[in-house]
Order: sequence, then C-alpha cells, then structure tokens
Amino acid sequence: MTFYSRLIGNTPKFDFLRLRVFGLTLTVLLILGSFASMGLKGFNFGIDFAGGLLIETQTAEKADVGHMRNVLDTLNLGEVSLQEFGDTGRDVMIRIQRQEGDEKAQMVALTRVKEALGAGYEYRRVEIVGPKVGDELKVDGALAVGLAVLAIAAYVWFRFEWQFGVGALAATFHDVILTFGLFSVTGLEFNLTTVAAILTIAGYSINDTVVEYDRVRENLRKYKTMSVYDLLNLSVNETLARTILTVATVMVTVVALLVLGGEVLRGFSIAMLWGLVIGTFSSIYVAIPVLLYFDLRSGADKEGEEGAEPAAP
Amino acid sequence: MAHFPKWKIILAVVVSLAGFIWSAPNLLPRETTDQMPSWWQPVSLGLDLQGGSYLMLEVDTSYVVREHLNSLVETVRATLRKERVKYAELGLSGKDTVKVRILEAGDREKIRPELRKLDSTAAFDMTEDGTVTWYYDENALRSRINQAVDQSIEIVRRRIDEMGTREPSIQRQGAERIVVQLPGVKDPDRIKELLGKTAKLTFHMVDDTATPDDARAGRLPPGSMLLPSAENERGLPTSYVVKKRVEVGGDLLTDAQATFQDGHPVVSFKFSAAGGKKFGDTTKENVGKALAIVLDGKVISAPRVNEPILGGSGVISGGFNVQQAKDLSMLLRAGALPAPLGVLEERTVGPDLGADSIRAGAIASVVGLVAVVVFMALIYGILGLLADVALVLNLVILLALLSALGATLTLPGIAGIVLTMGMAVDANVLIYERIREESRNGRSLLSAIQAGFERAFGTILDANLTTLAAAALLFSFGTGPIKGFAVTLTLGLLTSMFTAITVTRLMVALWVSVRRPKTLPL
Repeated sequence: MTFYSRLIGNTPKFDFLRLRVFGLTLTVLLILGSFASMGLKGFNFGIDFAGGLLIETQTAEKADVGHMRNVLDTLNLGEVSLQEFGDTGRDVMIRIQRQEGDEKAQMVALTRVKEALGAGYEYRRVEIVGPKVGDELKVDGALAVGLAVLAIAAYVWFRFEWQFGVGALAATFHDVILTFGLFSVTGLEFNLTTVAAILTIAGYSINDTVVEYDRVRENLRKYKTMSVYDLLNLSVNETLARTILTVATVMVTVVALLVLGGEVLRGFSIAMLWGLVIGTFSSIYVAIPVLLYFDLRSGADKEGEEGAEPAAP
Repeated sequence: MAHFPKWKIILAVVVSLAGFIWSAPNLLPRETTDQMPSWWQPVSLGLDLQGGSYLMLEVDTSYVVREHLNSLVETVRATLRKERVKYAELGLSGKDTVKVRILEAGDREKIRPELRKLDSTAAFDMTEDGTVTWYYDENALRSRINQAVDQSIEIVRRRIDEMGTREPSIQRQGAERIVVQLPGVKDPDRIKELLGKTAKLTFHMVDDTATPDDARAGRLPPGSMLLPSAENERGLPTSYVVKKRVEVGGDLLTDAQATFQDGHPVVSFKFSAAGGKKFGDTTKENVGKALAIVLDGKVISAPRVNEPILGGSGVISGGFNVQQAKDLSMLLRAGALPAPLGVLEERTVGPDLGADSIRAGAIASVVGLVAVVVFMALIYGILGLLADVALVLNLVILLALLSALGATLTLPGIAGIVLTMGMAVDANVLIYERIREESRNGRSLLSAIQAGFERAFGTILDANLTTLAAAALLFSFGTGPIKGFAVTLTLGLLTSMFTAITVTRLMVALWVSVRRPKTLPL
C-alpha cells in the first residue's frame, strides 16, 4: 500500500451535477464580467501589440529611478513607465508608448533615450515594435486563438459526437474568455507570450475534457440503462483521481516556472496557473453539464453513423 | 505481457540510444562541439538566450516601382531625342503607367517598334492620336519588387559580412520583408545605420548655366535638378544644380578603399573596364568643368576635372573623418540597395540577460523535474519510479530531437519543455489509474496491467492530438520565441507518447517477469 492508495481508496461518489446550476451561473457571470472588463477597461497591451519601446537597463549601483524618470520626462515621449524588478534594485524596465509617426520615429526615440540617460547604463534588452508590425501581430494572435478553439471543437466532434463538440467548444470558449478577463481585470501586460499561454490553456483544458468525455463514451456503451445524470456523475468520479494527480503535477511545474523562470516568463506562468484552475473547473462544470441537455443516448447508439447535424454554438 | 513483440523492444532500445547520442553534445563545452560534424551539434539557442539582435526590415516597394517607372521615362526621352522625334506629355500617369504623346503622325509608325521593345514586361499601346502607354499589371510590378527584394537581401548580406558579424542569418519573410538575426550583437545601432543607407553613387555633370538661386526661383533648365550637398566641410555650397543624366553609376565600381590623401581620409575607387571607359570619356569631354559625386541624392563633392582620368580609378574626398571614409568604402564595395530599407521591429538581448535566462530556465526545469519525480514515486511507488525513468528518457530524446533537427531553443521553448514534463506524466497517470480500476473490478494482476495500457491508449491519443492541434496553430501564427514554444511543446508531446506508453510498458513487463509480484503495488 502506498501513501496515495490510503488517501483515495475506491472510486468516490460525489454528486457533481447537483451543483450544475450554481456552476453554470458562476460560469455565465464570470464570462459576462470578463466581457464587461474587456469593454470598459480593455487591456494593458505590451509593445508586441501596442507598438513602442521596451528597454531593460541595469546599473552598477542601485538605480536612481526618480532621476531616470525626471530625465526621461524632459524628452516628451508621451507615456513613459519605469519599473524596478529583481532583488538587487539595479534592474529597471522602461516602457515607452508608441511614438507618433512611422517606424523611424520609434528608432529616433531610442536614440534620444540613450543620449539623455548617458553613460553608466547597460542595456540588457531593447525591443522596438513599429505600428505596422503591432497591428499585424494583433490580427495573427486573434486568428490563432479563434482557429484553435474551432479546431479543437471540430476534432472532438469528429472523434466523438456533435454534442461533445458543442460541450468542448463551450468549455474552451469559457477558458479563453476567462483568461482574457484575468488579463483585463488585473492589468497584467498582454503580449505575444500571453497568446501562447491562452493557446496552451485551451490545449490543456481540452486534454482534461477529452479524458472525461472518453469515459462518458465508454460508460454509455457499458451501462445501457443508467440515467444520463448518474452516468455523467460516475464518469467524473472515475476520472477524478487522474484529474487531481495531473493538475497537481502540472501545477508543480508551473509554480517552478513562476518562481524560478525569471521576469520574461512571469506573465506566462501566472496565466498558466489560472488556466489550470479554470480549465479543470470548465471540464467538470461546463463540458459535462452541457451533455445533460442533449439526448446522448440516441447519439451513442448510432455510434459511427452520420446523421446528427451540428448545433449552432 | 510475456510476449512483448521483439521489434518493439529493439525500437525502444535503438530510439533511446539515439537519444543519448544526439543529446550528448549539449553537455560538451562549445570549443569541443565546434570541431564536431554538423550532424552532431548541441541545440542552437535563440537570440533571447544567447544574446543578439533581431531586426525586421521592409523594402520600400513604392520606391522600387517609382524608380523603375522613372528610369523608363528617362530611357524614352533619350530614345526619342536620338531619333529626333517630337513628343509631349512625357511622364507618369497613375502609379503603374508611363505615357508620352508622339506629336507628328509620320513618326508614329516608324518609332513604334523601337518604343515597344524598351520594356517587354509592360503592356504596350499606341492610340490613334499618338498617345503611347506602357502599363504594368500587378504581375509585372510584383516580379519587379520580387527582384528588388532578392537583390536587397544579397546587398544586406554583403554589408553584414563586411562588418564581420558571427553567423548572421538573413532571411526573406513574406513578399517584402527581410529578417536579420545577429547573434552576439549587443548594440545594433551601427548596423541599423549602415543598413539604412541606400548607398547609390552616381556621377553627374554640374550644370553651370544656372545657379542654385536661379533654380530656387523656378528657373531650372529642363534635364537638370537641384541637389543639396552632404553636410561636410564648411565654406562649400549648400546645394548644386546638376544634370539629371547619370554619367557613370556606382554599379560599375569594382573596388573601393578608405585611404589618405594629403593627410585627409578619402575613399579611392576603381571602375570595371566598361565603367573606366565611360568615366574616361566623360572626363575627356568635360575638362575644366565640375563633376558632381552624388550619394543618395546628396552631393558629396563636385571637383573640377583638370585632365582626363583614363586609368579607371579615382578618389572621393568629401571632408570625411576616418570612420566615415571606412563606412563609405564598405558601402560602395557591397553595392547599392535597390530601395531604402525601413526597420519595422527590433529586439535586442544582451548576452548577460541571455545567460541569466538560461540559468533561470535550467533551474526551473530541474526543480520542476525533481518535484514531478518525487511526486510520482510517492504516489505510485515502484511503478512511479518506472514512469520517472520514462520521463527522464523523454527529456533526453526531446533534447536529441531538437539538436538533430537544428531547432532553435528559446526561453518560451524552455517553458514548453517544463510544461511537457507535467503533461508527459499525465499519460502515466492515466495508465496507472486505469490499471488500478481494472484490478478493483476483479481482474488478475497481469490482465489488469494489460487492459490498463490498452484502454488508456485511446484516451491518451485523443487528449494529446487536441493539444497538438493548438500547438500546430501556435507554430503557424507565432513568430520568434513563440514559435520555439510551439516546437518544444509539439515535439515533447510526440516523444512523451513514445516514452510514456511504449517504454513504460516495456519496463513494466520486465519488472513483472523478474519480480513476479502477486498484488498490484498501487
């Protein structure tokens, strides 16, 4: 007997679906809240999308941020933000809004910043994104996320039944919107890495959902007379041990990234941590309850037959 | 379980061995691997890890088109003058058409074939009233732009090579962009400056029939233009009136070197045979007149021609300092860009930050790995340890694949690897949980293990394929570091399927046949 088998003995018998109304209400509220925040507050776009300059400097001694701010304010570059990070006090991140005009204007701003600050600063990272590229990256990012959600739903529909495709679509949509919501509400910088995080979250969450769906499909064949309600509950319970273990291992690695991965990966790790939580939640409380509202039995009996039409999402 | 197919055993052993062989270079110091053959190299690091500069350049395509149309206008003018044909309204019409009207009806048919063959890529037309048009359709313009971009890449490559940068990568992206990656470059300002110059050198005669003041007052003779002078020495005119006609172009230069003349830095140049003859003829015909040396639309200097220069070489003195003379000679050697380049995007990471990122990524990976290994051993005991062996093997094979394929490892790529560890273990968790379940349902040990692996396989496949779909999209839409993330995530999922299923199964079979356990240690 290992530590774990003493912990979880047999298949648990939680009635997950009893809380489905609560779960769906919470989901709808969170999604509406996310949309509201996106509409009212918007995003704190990083330079990948907004264009502009990002300069990471390091000084030999502790940086004098007040002095740097004064010097940069005299340049009239628009919004300039300085942020200390790391634990030595020598690292400062300078963010400068996109300059009016074309790509050349951005380069000129960099030269002026370097001249104004003078010697004594080491430029560890410089990123300049002109307006043209920023707009393109926005389109590409939106396209990638949109297509990923659709591709995932299409795959699930193809491998299972259309009802499952709808459930997967709803769950993935939920995860994506809530991650957008997190970034909007907290004002965390939204950049290219965030898009990568969102797609990874979608991929991870669907992984979870598919494992549960797989079990639902199996049980539909195994227990021909069990009510769908009981059958869905049973399936979630049977996969619960796996869900907990996998969430735990992935969580361990993400926490390692968050704590030790450095400044560049911080936003990504926070998003992933959030995604783990909502992805697991959506697999149980979005993807599964959705199936309850469809006539699963007819679909399962006609396994392998074409005939069911996809419902509009 | 007992009859594990031989080919699977051989496959697992061969793949694992290959994994160790191809991942080994990553442990060796760089000086050693530099000596090794190209198929046995460590994984190449992205600019965010090794430090360096990434520049996205765009060729000014409207300039390319305009320039092409303008040069046709000049050719038409020269042709009509030579044939003594009277014409009017010569010029551009819209963005894609050159137009001229032949005044005398008698000339029209005579000159038609000659005009038609001036540019075969344009659609040629002559109307009743003698209006001739050369129209460029989209294809013709695109192929012209294409050519200009290809040429720009070549020139950019030559200029960067001249600067002695280590292993630069210069690639075309899309129709009109060039991505330049310069490992180890800390400050790309100078490179940007040198790439920002078109470096188009031309020699024109100074038009002494008009002064710059006349020109500014609107009395500019046709066929002449007013050009500013490059800001160099004081006391020289700020602008010149020069003939539009190019006597000799910089494309005929074969060499240029920075040197000294009377203690001042100058650039000496040498023409090709054809260029030398043209230059000789020009100077012979224009002794006593001023010859303007024009770089990118600015007059560097306009020395008087004292005697014919027949040797095909000369010097440009323009009040340069040493650096300017060196830069100019370098630009002239590398050749002129067909159009100006703009920098759309720049990302530079210093080598220290890169090293910090590698360290942070490595620590996060090791800590993540150790945590997962301990976790699995705690939960599943001996079977957990077998899964751990598979996990480590997975990392080894992944690293080997990345190295062998020449993929680029970025910081988000490392995040992808760390994430894969969590997901790879998921396959083992699925299998083991399934075995537990089957055994609870009353199966014997061997049959439960067999059923566990078989039934979990479908689930793992479906779950991983959906994640792969997301990773594939990330790869096709992502750029730079994000692409690196998609690569490691995709490869990691594929290798984990192999190690978590095939290799673990092999090890479990081995364990069962050696230890002959009576109960499931789960």
